[in-house]
Amino acid sequence: MKYVDEFRDPKLIRQAADEIRRLARPGRHYRIMEVCGGHTHAIYRFGLEGLLPENVELIHGPGCPVCVLPMGRTDDGLALAELPGVIFTAFGDVMRVPGTKGSPLEHKARGAEIRMVYSPLDALKLAQSNPGKHVVFFAIGFETTAPSTALTLLKARQLGLKNFSVFCNHVTIIPAIRAILDSPDMRLDAFVGPGHVSTVIGCRPYEFIAQDFGKPIVVSGFEPLDILQSLVMILRQLAEGRSEVENQYARVVPWEGNLPALRALEEVFELRPYFEWRGLGFISQSALKLRDEFAEWDSERRFDVPGIRVTDPKAAQCGEVLKGVLKPPQCKLFGTECTPERPVGALMVSSEGACAAYYHYVHRLAEANAAAGSLEG
Amino acid sequence: MCLAIPGRVVDFVAETPQLAVVEVSGVKRQVNVDLLRDEPLGPGDWVLIHVGFAMSKISAAAAEEQMRMLQMLGEDLQAMEEIAGYQFGRDPS
Amino acid sequence: MKTVEEEVRALPRVRFRDTRIEMAHGAGGKASRRLIEGLIVPLLGGPLLAPLADAAHLEVDGARLALTADSFVVRPLRFPGGSIGELAVNGTVNDIAVSAAKPLALLLTFVIEEGIATETLEAELRAIAEAAQRAGVEIVGGDTKVVEHGKADGLYITTAGIGRADPRARCSPRSVRPGDQVLLSGPIGDHGITILLARGEIDLEADLRSDTRSVYPFVEAILNVAASGLRWMRDPTRGGVATALNELARDSGQGIVLHEEEIPVRDAVRGACELLGLDPLHIANEGQFLAVVAPEHAEAALAAVRAVPGGGEAVIIGEVREAPARTVLAAASYGGTRVVDMLVGDPLPRIC
Repeated sequence: MKYVDEFRDPKLIRQAADEIRRLARPGRHYRIMEVCGGHTHAIYRFGLEGLLPENVELIHGPGCPVCVLPMGRTDDGLALAELPGVIFTAFGDVMRVPGTKGSPLEHKARGAEIRMVYSPLDALKLAQSNPGKHVVFFAIGFETTAPSTALTLLKARQLGLKNFSVFCNHVTIIPAIRAILDSPDMRLDAFVGPGHVSTVIGCRPYEFIAQDFGKPIVVSGFEPLDILQSLVMILRQLAEGRSEVENQYARVVPWEGNLPALRALEEVFELRPYFEWRGLGFISQSALKLRDEFAEWDSERRFDVPGIRVTDPKAAQCGEVLKGVLKPPQCKLFGTECTPERPVGALMVSSEGACAAYYHYVHRLAEANAAAGSLEG
Repeated sequence: MCLAIPGRVVDFVAETPQLAVVEVSGVKRQVNVDLLRDEPLGPGDWVLIHVGFAMSKISAAAAEEQMRMLQMLGEDLQAMEEIAGYQFGRDPS
Repeated sequence: MKTVEEEVRALPRVRFRDTRIEMAHGAGGKASRRLIEGLIVPLLGGPLLAPLADAAHLEVDGARLALTADSFVVRPLRFPGGSIGELAVNGTVNDIAVSAAKPLALLLTFVIEEGIATETLEAELRAIAEAAQRAGVEIVGGDTKVVEHGKADGLYITTAGIGRADPRARCSPRSVRPGDQVLLSGPIGDHGITILLARGEIDLEADLRSDTRSVYPFVEAILNVAASGLRWMRDPTRGGVATALNELARDSGQGIVLHEEEIPVRDAVRGACELLGLDPLHIANEGQFLAVVAPEHAEAALAAVRAVPGGGEAVIIGEVREAPARTVLAAASYGGTRVVDMLVGDPLPRIC
């Protein structure tokens, strides 16, 4: 596959890993956070941690939009799903996320009309072909996905569709990064910056990280060579005492972002005064809601959502893993009470969740090797 | 929300200029290209697809430049090893 | 001799905690296994059920017979490359075949939805007749029921198949040893992706067909040249190659390592899986065949399968290793190794 395979070239991967080894000064411990869940997934999937020297540590950030959604919002969505005459639609990632009374799939097994879609436009089409029902689209995602929802809402308005609404849970990445930087728990040297969010917002919004906090940030692609090259660029900045925003993913990310996407966001959404994030608490101006002109397509205004705050089970340490304070296996429930088949929190079930990635690519292998009593040869 | 796939534009859907037929490894899919309306887009161009929308046009030039830089990493290392071997260059570690 | 009470007490206890049956329980992966092992076997089982193989082998007056039953629920009924009727014949034939038996005859039952066009039923019957002829089996009986409109998705077919066990074969998961080679007959994922696209819910267009066919010719070919080295066979249907090999790893206590780049996947299947966030190893196949063969026989077995029409793309995709036990790994050339798990629920496309 073009633009994929060449960035998995084993020889070049080896070379990039060697360069990282060369640049990492012995006696110094580097703590680099990859913000985006997609990067966390790629790091585990491609075994990149194993290629790094001991003193380069990757810390997993909160860039998983399913993971940061508090359980109460999932419950709100499922309350909509239980309403008669409603078809609840969501991406595949959401289907196994635990709500208080079970996941969407479990609600579906009990008779709720829940359908998986690949695009918000699918949900729109469903509404057009089911005039007797109301289709709710459970919108999640950062700025990568929000423009798609925006364009879909513009189309819904253009069509004058009466039986379609969006339950909006879009969140924005910058406040999350700021919360990490402001947190006393965290001591970080640099960031691997979100790749696809940046296709929309560009690279400028990250300047405060380099200028105000003095940390390098390199916007990165998702193939092994992308991530390794970004780490090379970060280590070079640190070695040279620079703190800048750099764009490793230049083949896809425009420095100024995507203007039509930003315009669509501006037209359809406004910022909520505050929004609760799992692990990071209430953050102001960090989430989107539909503007008044789009009230007719806003599920929260068409229907009553319970709006109950639900805290995670006491023993679950989702918040700390999301902030990067704990690594997934350090959570007391990891691998025992909380597994992909019986998840306690979203991090174990979202394909971008740090716990799920660690479980599938590291834990299972380690467990199997430990049982064998020998290392994989 | 990061899964985005590169695909090649094959054609536009007649009467709906915001829809293009994009191909990924022989699989064709209709993709909304409205977010790229400010740039020239034609058959043969590569785009990044996310939830049914094209987010960005892929720059072949930037990709090639990146591959070139990655190839150079190996050459740099070799050159440095040579210099270290001559013992009058800086110790790379 | 045990009394009935003693036999009942000797069965494993019911240990199935789910309060409702979900789609995942039929998907062929972990949930399906939980249902079968936790609920069905404890209540119905006996020593012959225990191995949970695709087909049961019974000794009847000195003859070893293979028996299997299967059910076919597919939407849409017709799709590129085949239809429910063909799946019914080939699926049943294949269960018998991979238990190292020559398929002989089938029984078919039809549960027909009221209102279905006769034309549709006729087309299925023709497809079944043709598939049976190609597979060399006879249809010897069956049953028909009609249910109200709204049930049965048009048509459900259930089958029972019978075959004669091949005396040369000595297959068993317990005979699998480190060093044994894993052979795959051809590209994976064709059937599952074809069905997904044929449902029309996803806006993808690809030139793909179901791979439904009898794999008995491959079985026969291997038995002819390498019977003593043949350890295990399976047709990787629902749950894909990953599920079939995980079951082997579990049942044999061995580990399996696959070489990622050796696994044949058509471009269009790869593309569709990338777009949908699916793993080809979890996708159903209806005409592929997995065999584990002792290393000294592997070359001959591979050559024999390749010589069969339709077997030209057969390839060795990996090998058995002692450690890590009961685990299937996939190793990539860039050095990444990942655990390949059994399918957890329905393959849910990810967008992230």
